[in-house]
Amino acid sequence: METSQKLKYERPVIKQLNAGITNKFGAQTGFIPHTHIDGLAVKDLTARFGSPLFVISERTIRQTYQEAYNAFANRYPNVQFAWSYKTNYMNAVCRVFHQEGSWAEVVSRFEYEKALGNGVPGDKILFNGPDKTADDHRVAVLNNSPIHIDHFDELYGLIEVSTKLGKRPKVAIRVNMDTGVLPMWDRFGFNYENGQAWDAITKIIQTDKMDLVGLHCHIGTFMLTTSAYAVAASKMADLALNIKRQFGLDIQYLDMGGGFASKNTLKGAYLSGTDITPSFHDYAEQICTTLIKAGFRSEELPLLILETGRALIDDAGYLLGTVLANKRLSDGRRATIMDFGVNLLFTSFWYEHAVSPAQDCSQYAEDAVLYGPLCMNIDVVRENVKLPPLNKGDQMVVHRVGAYNMTQWMQFIALRPNIVLIDQDGQPHLIRKHETVADLTQLESTPTHLESLDL
Amino acid sequence: MKLKKSVAISENGFVFNASRGDSFSTNPTGTQILNWLREGQTDTEMKALLLKKYEIDEATCEKDLYDFIKMLNQQNLIEA
Repeated sequence: METSQKLKYERPVIKQLNAGITNKFGAQTGFIPHTHIDGLAVKDLTARFGSPLFVISERTIRQTYQEAYNAFANRYPNVQFAWSYKTNYMNAVCRVFHQEGSWAEVVSRFEYEKALGNGVPGDKILFNGPDKTADDHRVAVLNNSPIHIDHFDELYGLIEVSTKLGKRPKVAIRVNMDTGVLPMWDRFGFNYENGQAWDAITKIIQTDKMDLVGLHCHIGTFMLTTSAYAVAASKMADLALNIKRQFGLDIQYLDMGGGFASKNTLKGAYLSGTDITPSFHDYAEQICTTLIKAGFRSEELPLLILETGRALIDDAGYLLGTVLANKRLSDGRRATIMDFGVNLLFTSFWYEHAVSPAQDCSQYAEDAVLYGPLCMNIDVVRENVKLPPLNKGDQMVVHRVGAYNMTQWMQFIALRPNIVLIDQDGQPHLIRKHETVADLTQLESTPTHLESLDL
Repeated sequence: MKLKKSVAISENGFVFNASRGDSFSTNPTGTQILNWLREGQTDTEMKALLLKKYEIDEATCEKDLYDFIKMLNQQNLIEA
């Protein structure tokens, strides 16, 4: 059989060797193909569900959640997580978190309705964000949802709504503060240092139309400095203890928000995210130790709420894609064009996503640019990446895409693909169908004078 | 089209151009093509040889060979 005697082919590559400055890390010496996700072959998944394809591992979600919960619960007596809907609001994903015990944390009426639809009781939906209409307030008050007030206009508006309804809403204020990390997130909530937060607290208590049940903060995003959380926890505890001293009121919960980093590598970072990202234990140690030492009587320690999203879901998400073409740029660099781009992988604007071939490959690497399929110059998934020789039709796996991509993706030029969840028994479930042209055009209408064409 | 005389190729894919001091690494398929170039094989002959030796379709073979020769040109490894 002549065919079987032939050698396995690999695209010829040649790469100039440059002696750079010595460093202790050395160069990448090989590629580890990522052929399976939770026991399912990438090629089988794409054959069945198409390419590109988002894949979510339920097992990884649950393991990550339990790791995070235990890190806090082993250090603090009363811990509650609230799933950050904006990070990934696929219903199946939200329900995994809710099954694990997470409440819901939402920042819009749309997300609020999703949480209700997922069966979360109203009093376990934390309503955050600067955008809440009078009707949003009305619904949240009637459902007994904790409303986290962002600004004075919201505070006064809520007083009006609650007066009309004759009900006392459960509220918290969002507090922003200097934690020593720049940029300081002062656009949301009331400032601690200039006394605005205290003024808002005083107004709520003295107006006596609402029940101040909590204090909320969210000091930043992708926070690599865990000590900032100790500063934040200390200032939150200070406010709660002052409320107790001055008004005799016990604050029921301190919501420390989220912002924990995932293991993705930020653009421009010198070291890989897997090497420098703090663990859940690092964050928990700073927050819990500070709160326990803050001066609360042990039986009065408030409930500690955490709204971290990214660190809980990033690892569970994969994006599978297929090589559309290879080409050479004018300077000789290789360009590989994938069937997914920034339209699906919004986070490629700020991460250097890890990418792996999904089939066996050699250890020869070429410097390459990884482009998406859009006919737009911005569509660059990786500006500089070493890739093994890949042929048209080969598949790639992008890692840690669970956060913000399935919510911030764009329906731009191309349609959005299927999303599959692999359950703990290794069974794939389609949790969001790919879009069709009809899905989008049904929202449009054509004025009658534009109906006929004569080309 | 022929490989420059100043270019040395090792069995394991290390390539050195003595006239410029440039060194390169190439994979086994690349090493094979460089050796065929040294022997003076033409594009057409190399394409036929690749198709005979490797599991590869004609279109991929032609695209990859074109790309590789372009790279060799860019790296000043073949005679003008």
